[in-house]
Amino acid sequence: MNARWVGQDVPRVDGLEKVTGAARYTADVKLPRMLHAKVVRSPHPHARVRAVDLGKAARAPGVRAVASGQDFPFHVGIYLKDQTVFATDRVRFVGDAVAAVAAETPEAAEEAAALVEVEYEPLPALLDVRQGILPGAVLVHPQLGSYQKVPWITPEAGTNICNHLKVRKGDYEAALRGAAHVSENTFVVPQVQHVPMEVHVSAARVDLAGKLEVLTSAQSPFTVRHLLCACFNLSHGDVRVSVPQVGGGFGGKAGINLEPIATALALKIPGRWVRLLIDRAEEFYAAVVRQGLVATLVTGVDRQGKVVAQKMHYLWDCGAYGGYGVNVVRAAGYTCGGAYEFPNVCGDSIGVYTNRPVGSAYRGFGMQEIHWALEQQMDMVAHELGQDPVEFRLRNCLGPGKRTVTGQVLDEHAGRVDKCIHKVAEAFRRPLEEKPGLLRGRGLACAVKAPAMPNDAASSVLLKFCEDGVLEVLVSGIDYGQGLRTVAAQFAAEALGLPLHQIRVRNLPDTDLSPYDWQTVASRQTWATGNAVLKAAEKCKAQFFEMASQVLHAPVERLALEGGQVVDRGGQGSVPLTRMVMGYQFPDGHTIGGPVAAAAHHVPEGLLFLDPDTSQSAKPVAKWTFGAQGLEISVDPGTGQIQVDRVVACYDVGKVVNPGLIRGQTFGGVVQGLGTGLMEELKVDALTGRVRNASLVDYKIPTSEDLPGELEAHFVETPQADGPLGARGIGEHTMIPTPAALANALFDACGVRILDMPLTAEKVLRALQAKRAKE
Amino acid sequence: MTIAIQVTVNGQLEALEVEPHESLLGMLRERLDLTGAKEGCNEGECGACVVLLDGRAVNSCLVLAVEANGRAVTTIEGLGHAGALHPLQQAFLEHSAVQCGFCSPGMIMTALGLLNENPTPSEADIRQALSGNLCRCTGYRQIIDAVQAAAAALGAAGQAGRRP
Repeated sequence: MNARWVGQDVPRVDGLEKVTGAARYTADVKLPRMLHAKVVRSPHPHARVRAVDLGKAARAPGVRAVASGQDFPFHVGIYLKDQTVFATDRVRFVGDAVAAVAAETPEAAEEAAALVEVEYEPLPALLDVRQGILPGAVLVHPQLGSYQKVPWITPEAGTNICNHLKVRKGDYEAALRGAAHVSENTFVVPQVQHVPMEVHVSAARVDLAGKLEVLTSAQSPFTVRHLLCACFNLSHGDVRVSVPQVGGGFGGKAGINLEPIATALALKIPGRWVRLLIDRAEEFYAAVVRQGLVATLVTGVDRQGKVVAQKMHYLWDCGAYGGYGVNVVRAAGYTCGGAYEFPNVCGDSIGVYTNRPVGSAYRGFGMQEIHWALEQQMDMVAHELGQDPVEFRLRNCLGPGKRTVTGQVLDEHAGRVDKCIHKVAEAFRRPLEEKPGLLRGRGLACAVKAPAMPNDAASSVLLKFCEDGVLEVLVSGIDYGQGLRTVAAQFAAEALGLPLHQIRVRNLPDTDLSPYDWQTVASRQTWATGNAVLKAAEKCKAQFFEMASQVLHAPVERLALEGGQVVDRGGQGSVPLTRMVMGYQFPDGHTIGGPVAAAAHHVPEGLLFLDPDTSQSAKPVAKWTFGAQGLEISVDPGTGQIQVDRVVACYDVGKVVNPGLIRGQTFGGVVQGLGTGLMEELKVDALTGRVRNASLVDYKIPTSEDLPGELEAHFVETPQADGPLGARGIGEHTMIPTPAALANALFDACGVRILDMPLTAEKVLRALQAKRAKE
Repeated sequence: MTIAIQVTVNGQLEALEVEPHESLLGMLRERLDLTGAKEGCNEGECGACVVLLDGRAVNSCLVLAVEANGRAVTTIEGLGHAGALHPLQQAFLEHSAVQCGFCSPGMIMTALGLLNENPTPSEADIRQALSGNLCRCTGYRQIIDAVQAAAAALGAAGQAGRRP
C-alpha cells in the first residue's frame, strides 16, 4: 500500500476539543442530584478489623448512604481476586478502604466519614519486601490459597508470594563454573506513583429498574464491566460503563479501581448518582502505585566478552494486593534477560505481598525496573573487562536468529536493537564539550518490551457510513493522549482512500453501544485496533464493490477504489461512494445493498503458554519493541546535582504512523523516565507504613525547568509482520531505559555507581564524598 | 451566609451569590459550568486550574470567589472557539502540544499570562513561566515550541500584549 495518510504528521483529531476546554472529563460531567462519596481508610498498615459502626455516620446531616465490608464482602481483582470492596477481617495498608459514605455535599460526606467508628487490633506490619520471603514472616494474606485466579499465575499458599515465574534455559550452573569473569550486583527500585493530572474518579447509579450505570476515569471500560459483574454477581446486560475523556492513566487506571466502592454506595440508594472523587493525597497513598523491586544479577562472561551465564533474581514489592501486579511479575519473568541473548539462564521473578501501598500496572509494566538492573550490570561488566560498553552490548544483544530467555527464536520481523544502539552511538560521536566546574558524562541503555496480556486479548471496531459519506469509526480503546483516535482515523482514511476530514472517530466508549475492547494497556492499541480498522475497512470496500459491480456491469476483480469512487479499470465507468453509502438506487427506483457498515476484530495469533517449570515457549508474546537511549549529563561536584543536557532516543517501531504523535510519546516517556531516575520515590515510613510525601509539594515530578536541553527522537522501521502497515507498540517503551542510561552517564562523568533509584543530588554528593575519601 | 458578587467572566457580567469559602475554581466549574479549568491538586501545585484574573495568570483553586468581585476573569472558554482559535490554541494543535489534554487549558492560560507581560519570551522565560503547570504526558518540549510559535504569530500580527 502506497501510504497517503499513514506516516503523515496529521494533527490530533481530538485536539480542538482539548484546546478549547470543550473536552469533558469524568468530574466535568454534571450528574443530576449527584451525591458525593468519601472513603473511610485504615490508619494502620496491618490490623484486624474488630468492628465497624456506621450508626453515627448514617445519622449525620446530609448522609444518604453508608456501606462497609459487612454489606459487601465480595472479592475483586483482574488476575487474582485477593481484594474485597471494603476490608472485611483485616486491613493491609495505610489507606485500605474500610467503609464509605455518600452525602449531599462533599463537606457533609467528609464530616460523616470521620464519624465512622472502626475498632482495630493492630498487627505486626511487613514493610520491607526482603523480610517477606523469610521463614516466619508476617503473613499479609493467610487466605492466599483460597483466592480465585487465572491459571497462569502461581501463588504459594502459606507464604507472601503471590506469583513466581521460573525461567530456566540451558545449564546455568555449569556455564557459570566455566566463566572467565563473574560479576554479582543488587539493585533497588522504590515504589513510585503514576501522578496522572486527573486523579481517579468514578460515579455510579442504580436506576429503579435495577440497571447499574458507571461513569469512570478508566483505561478499560469492558474489563471494568466484566469485573463489576463478577464482584456483585450482576449480568453484563444490566451494567453500563462509560468513559469520558481521561486525564492520564499510565497504567494506574487499568483494571478496576474505585468503581466497586462507587457501585456499593449506589446499590444502597437506588435512583441517585454517587460520585467518588478522591483527593491528590489519596491518589498518592490509596490509589495504586508502581511496584518496588530488589534485583540481584549474576553475570558470567567468557574470555571473548560473551555472556555465558546469567542469573536474575527479581523480588517485587507488590504491596497489599497483587490482583494486577502478579502479571507485572510474570512479564518481568519472561522478559528477564532484557535485550540480550543469554545462552544459560536462571531467572526468578517473585511477587511478594507487603503492608505497603498497592502495586499495579505502570507505563513499562516492570521493564524500567528490570532494565535499571540489567543495563547497569552490562555497563559494569564491560568496564570490569576493560571493554567498550557499546561493543559489549552489540556482542550480546538479541536480533534475528537469536534465542530469547524463553527459547523463542526471533525472526527478521522482530525489530533490531543493534540498529538502535548504532544510531545512539553515532549521535555520541560529537565530542562532549567541557563545562567549567562540571563533570560531563554520557551513558547508554537499551530497552525491550512485549505486550503483557492474556493470549486472547481482543480489540474490535465498527465502521459505518453516514448519509453524507462521512465514515464513523467506533473504537473502544481509550485515547488518553497517546493518539489512538488520530491513528485510527489515519488507518481508515488510508484503507478507503478517503480524505481525513471525512472520518469521524467516535470514541467515548460506552459498553452498551461500543464494540468490545479488552484494555488500553501494553502499548497494544495502534497495533490491535489499527489492524481491526484495516480489516473492517476491507469489508466496507467489499460492500461497495458488490454494489458497484452491478451498477457498472463489471466483475469485482476489475474494480478499484480511487478518489472517493469505485472505478472500473477495464472500462469507462465509475460510481461515487456517496451514491452507495446508504445503498444504491437505480434510475427505475429499485435499490441494492444498504447502509455500508462493518465490524472487525484483532486477536493475537499463535501465542503459546509458558512451560510451568522453565517458562520455555516458542511464542510467549505477540511482538517485541526494541530501543536504546543515550544521555549526556553534567554533574555539579559541589552539590551532586545532575543536569541532563541531551537525550538521544531510538526505537524500532516498525512504521512511524504519525511523526508528531510519536515524538510526543518519546519526549513524554523520556521526561517521565527522568522523573523516576532523578527525583521520584514514594517515601513509606518504616514504622507507621504511612506515605510521608503524599502531595505534589513533597513528591516532585519533572516540570518544564527539568526538560533536557536537547531531545532527539529517531526511529528504525523494520516492519512488524502482523502490524498494521508494519507498526508495533511504542507508548511505554520510551521511559524504560532512561534511568539506567542516566546511571551509566553518572559513572562515566565521575566514576560513581549508584544502584538504588532515584539518583538524587544527595545520593550523588555522598557517593562523590565517599569516593574522594577513598582516594 | 452567602455573599453577592459581580464578576466579568469571559466578557459577560455575572451576578452571583457565593459561599465565603468558595474558590474561584469552584465558582467557575459548579455555578457557571465552565469546566475547562481543572482541579488537579487543590493546593496551587499543578496549574491545571489557571485562569486570568485582570489579565494575570492565577491558580483559581487558591483564589476565593469573593476576591474576584469587580474584576475580570478569562477562562479557556473565553479564548477562542472552532473557526476562531486564539494563536496559542492554534499553535498547541499544530505542535502536538496536547496529549491527554487535562493540563492544556491551564497551560494555555499561563502562556497567555506570560505573553501579556512579555510578548517576546526566550525559551528560558517560557520554561520558567510554565514551571508551575505540571504535565505528565508531553515532556513539555512541544508545549514550549507551541508557545514560541504563538509568540511569533502574535508578534507578526501586531497583537502582542493584547489583553482579552
